[in-house]
Amino acid sequence: MYEEIARNKRRTVVLVIVNLLLLVAVGYVLAYVFANGNGIVGIVIAVVVAAVMSFASYRYGDRMVLASTRAREVTPQDEPRLHNVVEGIAIAAGVPKPRVYVVPEQAPNAFATGRDPEHSSIAVTRGLLDAMNRVELEGVIAHEMSHVVDRDILLGTIVATLVGAIVLVAEFMLRWFWWGGFGGRRGNDQSGGPAAAIIAIAGIALLLLAPLVGQIIKFAVSRRREYLADAQGAMLTRYPPGLASALKKIAVAPHGMRSANNATAHLWLDQPSRIEGDRMSFMEKLFSTHPPIQDRIRILEEM
Amino acid sequence: MLALWILLGVVVLLALFVVLSFNRLVRTRNRVDNAWSQIDVQLRRRYDLIPNLVETVKGYAAHERELFEEITRARAQAERASGVQDQAQAENDITAGLRRLIAVAENYPDLKASQNFLALQEELTATESKIAFARQFYNDQVAILNTKVQSFPTNIIASLTGFRPREFFEIEETAARGPVTSSF
Repeated sequence: MYEEIARNKRRTVVLVIVNLLLLVAVGYVLAYVFANGNGIVGIVIAVVVAAVMSFASYRYGDRMVLASTRAREVTPQDEPRLHNVVEGIAIAAGVPKPRVYVVPEQAPNAFATGRDPEHSSIAVTRGLLDAMNRVELEGVIAHEMSHVVDRDILLGTIVATLVGAIVLVAEFMLRWFWWGGFGGRRGNDQSGGPAAAIIAIAGIALLLLAPLVGQIIKFAVSRRREYLADAQGAMLTRYPPGLASALKKIAVAPHGMRSANNATAHLWLDQPSRIEGDRMSFMEKLFSTHPPIQDRIRILEEM
Repeated sequence: MLALWILLGVVVLLALFVVLSFNRLVRTRNRVDNAWSQIDVQLRRRYDLIPNLVETVKGYAAHERELFEEITRARAQAERASGVQDQAQAENDITAGLRRLIAVAENYPDLKASQNFLALQEELTATESKIAFARQFYNDQVAILNTKVQSFPTNIIASLTGFRPREFFEIEETAARGPVTSSF
């Protein structure tokens, strides 16, 4: 457990540095092109931007993630059972009780975010609350609590907010190309001029970068950690069949989620998807971060 | 000269070891105390629930007087209990009594359907599972402390500074996990 915490802190630092270097490179190139060879200005701006981004994602990353999933905080009066279960598991893990959120989605799923156990939140979907009995809910919450205890939430949240920006732009570019972004068809190809060309080049660069970014996310949130959180969660409830049965229900439930997005996919209990059924879109496959749910169920049942 | 330096080095290392292990022992003991107060909070919450629960059931099943008295007595005893063993025994009596109370309630459909009773039952289930989780955490911490206090070489520092192994909070196996309810 302490090794996991140390590893996560190390990876967070690496990630922040990589982000800084990436931005410095982009800033240098842009300044070189626009400011006639004066790359220093670009570097200075890039460093400032990277510092602000890093600080913001450390301090406010959890709020950004929660807002992007449209999660709403609930009181113990609204959801007594959920609050009771979260409090119980927090006691078992010996950490303060996290804040409790509900995401208005029908697909059963859950995630945790925050920066440390003192500043953490657990969010579950409405569908999860409807589908699970108490023991299953305990299993799911214990899995999320393990992410809190191991500081997976810090790394996951920073990945979501830092890398999320790049993912968003890349996806936007992909669609832009797809739907005739090269401008020829609309007949205003002359008006765009060099600006359009630069955007096109930036778009291509980002598209090439997207698989790399996918790799970064996979590096940061290896599949191992999901197995680990399953195991640690089972240690908390002392009852592996609870989570196993919850995962079985999740495996057969509809997966479609409106707020699914590649920047936050790795945070969820199971990979969310915008598309119904087992199919995933090209981008979603690229960013696939979760081990097969059947394997997880099998391991829990063997415990 | 060299021998002096070596001697000095050994003394410094030894002092460092003593300080570090003492601090680690203090940290662990504080964690145990903290875990115990968690149990205490949850137990108190259950004491507070009992009069409410008894009153509610009384409204529908007044003639179960013997059971009510038994639970009230067990509660009073638990509040007076001192020491881990004593407390655990008294809590076992309460748990057994509450279990029977819920079982009795099963025979009264009106009671089972009342909103008040359902809310109390959720509270009771939640509190019992919180007690179980708090107990589990406490016992884990006690195990860690006891290992440190008893294993060489920390045991020397522990015995010099007055650290003792702590008692586990045991409950009867039949009353283990799986709280009173079946309807959730």
